[in-house]
Amino acid sequence: MSTRVMPFRGSVTSREQVSVYEFGWPAILLIPLAAILIQIFIPVKVRFMPIIDLPFLVTVFFATARRNPISGCLTGCFIGLLYDLFAGPSHPLGMYGIALTVVGYLASSLGGKIDVENPGSRFLITFGFFVIHEGVYYGVAHGLLRQSLQWSWSHTAVSAVANAILGVFLFMFLDRFKQR
Amino acid sequence: MDTFLGRFKNLIFLAAILFAQVVGLAVQVRRPSDEGETRLIRVWAISAVTPIETAVVHSQQWVANIFKNYAYLRGVRRENRELRAEIQQMKIQQTRMDEDARMARRVQALLGFKEQYVDSTIAAQVIGTSGSEQSRVLYIDKGANNGIKTDMAVITPAGIVGKIVQVADNWSQVLPINDQFSGVGAALKDSRLQGILKGTTSGATKLQYIMSDEKVTPGEEVITSGGDRIFPKGLPVGKVVSVEPGKDLFLNIRVVPSARLDQVEEVLVVTKITERMPDTKDLGPLRASDILAERLPTVPNKAEVDAAGNAKPGSGTASPTTTPAAAANGTGAAARPGATPNKPSTGTSTPTKPATGVNTANKPAGATAPHPSAAGTTGTVKPKPAGTTRPEATGASDAGTAPSNGVRIVNNDDTAPPKKTTPPAQPPPAEQQPATPATGEPPPQ
Repeated sequence: MSTRVMPFRGSVTSREQVSVYEFGWPAILLIPLAAILIQIFIPVKVRFMPIIDLPFLVTVFFATARRNPISGCLTGCFIGLLYDLFAGPSHPLGMYGIALTVVGYLASSLGGKIDVENPGSRFLITFGFFVIHEGVYYGVAHGLLRQSLQWSWSHTAVSAVANAILGVFLFMFLDRFKQR
Repeated sequence: MDTFLGRFKNLIFLAAILFAQVVGLAVQVRRPSDEGETRLIRVWAISAVTPIETAVVHSQQWVANIFKNYAYLRGVRRENRELRAEIQQMKIQQTRMDEDARMARRVQALLGFKEQYVDSTIAAQVIGTSGSEQSRVLYIDKGANNGIKTDMAVITPAGIVGKIVQVADNWSQVLPINDQFSGVGAALKDSRLQGILKGTTSGATKLQYIMSDEKVTPGEEVITSGGDRIFPKGLPVGKVVSVEPGKDLFLNIRVVPSARLDQVEEVLVVTKITERMPDTKDLGPLRASDILAERLPTVPNKAEVDAAGNAKPGSGTASPTTTPAAAANGTGAAARPGATPNKPSTGTSTPTKPATGVNTANKPAGATAPHPSAAGTTGTVKPKPAGTTRPEATGASDAGTAPSNGVRIVNNDDTAPPKKTTPPAQPPPAEQQPATPATGEPPPQ
């Protein structure tokens, strides 16, 4: 059983200890790869797929489960850069990398402070981090690269809700890969 | 120091990773890749994924086709009946459109316009996308091994899709027209106003640079203008859905693409476009009235009309210049049935006799006169393919009459040798010149 426990520091939950999960290397490598493969393949068949961001959801899942900011950073950076590779030539490498690195860091930091095991908190966490993810991406694209992106609160909110709902079910599925 | 590093270890690590990525971004922005150059790591990553995607797509299609083929067999009789009825309707439409197309090609030839033709295409399967809303690129399963190069147009029967921006051996990347970095030369089909079709971050397409004082109505079709040198002119792009006054002096025109860009699965990559004069060989005989129509003003030569109003043989109103159409398709000399009826076999030009109803000045060397039986007829002579010896006379008289304004010009085979020489008969009065029937019956004398 590779589950460790660590005390909450500044916990906002009633639980005094929270489990820190580990994953096998196959899961760490294959789940993000599968998420990216599905992400680039499904929009050919499903019209509204682009509002779903599977690499983002996987990043949040790993970060909150492992609760280690450094591994969260690395997970986000790895998944983000991999995701960047498949974007067009006008999309420099690192845009998703930066956004998911920030999300990974924040999610793992938050995972050490609050309970991220129940569906309600997962919904809120996913919703909030999606807005942060979009904001960081927009900041990089608009602030650093001077790309003419348009920010839409309504679109971001709809996408965040859709990702949060999917995230609840996806996290329940991915819980099976946690090693206990 | 150790305490500081230990305390802010996570933050320092985060800052270091972010800094490295920002530096990486800066390097990429400072040194943008040249056209056609692709970052190797991207090629490796996509090449690793492409076989999987291709296998998934093809196997999925195979399974889907099994069910589709079964479903197609059901109700095929009813569908066949409906299709036959549709074909009948389309044949009627086609007849009318053929005539319009002939007219258009003839006018294009007269004006010396060149047309762009899509000569060859390659069918390709869409196997993936970028997966994000910020970049809408598509991946197809054909690459350099199939002859695909960058900047080739990608289309569907419904409309244009985009252009090739990256090519590897077995895959290519397509930048669709609704991507924010895309731009297509487009024009409004009815008003012929030209602009640039640009994608937006939301995936919509807008036609830009149409002045605010122009009138654009929703529903108007948008086609390619050919100005970008990527898409051939005249391909369907989409329809205008809304027109609003925009910033500056330009209208804000939103266009819905004809091709369903969000669900496109199969595309055609245009691998060869040729630019040439429209083919007028199959347009049938060129009427003298067509030639006369371009020579304005046309004043009949009264001196060559006798007192009874009959046109003298060999008289006409044509000028000695050669029409562009005639120059283009070689009818400038061959199409002169009544020009030199007593010298049909020479095939030489007779620039000293311009008043023959047709031009004879710029006849190409070696061109043979048309069959003399057609000389001077008031009917038409259908062009025959090379190698035929006698054009099919469908005009009023095989014996023929001297040409006048009603003469039809023969787009004839230059190699057809004459069989006999018939002197031109006396033409009917000019004002009684009948409209050319295509019956082959002689005109009333």
